[in-house]
Amino acid sequence: MNPDETGAPREPAKKFLLVNRRAPWGTIYALEGLEVALIAAAYGQDLSLLFLDDGVYQLLSGMDSTEIEMKNFSRTYLALEGLEVNKIYVETDSLLRRGLTEDLLAIAVTSLSRDEVARLLADQDVIINF
Amino acid sequence: MKIGILINEGPYNHQASDTAYLFARAALARGHLIPRVFFYGDGVYNAGVYANPPRDDRQILKRWTKLAREQEIDLVVCVAAGIRRGITGEVLAPGFRIAGLGQLIDAGMHCDRLVTFGD
Repeated sequence: MNPDETGAPREPAKKFLLVNRRAPWGTIYALEGLEVALIAAAYGQDLSLLFLDDGVYQLLSGMDSTEIEMKNFSRTYLALEGLEVNKIYVETDSLLRRGLTEDLLAIAVTSLSRDEVARLLADQDVIINF
Repeated sequence: MKIGILINEGPYNHQASDTAYLFARAALARGHLIPRVFFYGDGVYNAGVYANPPRDDRQILKRWTKLAREQEIDLVVCVAAGIRRGITGEVLAPGFRIAGLGQLIDAGMHCDRLVTFGD
């Protein structure tokens, strides 16, 4: 049940961070991690998403998964903004090491240094990583 | 302290479910509470009733069922991850129930810690 429908007083939102570390294809972690993000957003929590390591590939624009017969879920990231999920972070080193730049990504992100990522992690109540 | 648990990997192939179980038992022994264990991704396979490992191996499924019964732990299998993998109500072991991802978020909201076991 949506917590808004219970009639109970609203509890203060917790800070949730979903850490996405894996490439979009090859395993299901990216897709099932995204499904958690969508539900967390629906629960009105203070949600942030962090993409690091191969996870930055999840945000590349213009991906086409037709030839590997996988559902192209990458467009779902575009829906995050409509759900008021605006705290989307990528780690700068992860982009650089893969020859990527922010303008290759499908959505607007905030780039963080390693130190800033550490501070982001320290600031959370709940961290789930995929 | 209330500690929620998330298990993202299946049994036997991966140690996640074993470690989560041993962690839960140790935490309970020290007076902590484990209100809920949420099974996601391949973790849903932990709830399949047809698992039948050799007798001289550890019984991952039966251990969870027994611990849940003794300690009133809510063992929740994600409905979407379960359906995708054929883990539905018909093959669900005793002590488990099927529910939505909201139960994972709810565990994060209402527990003092949410601990993930997986890769």
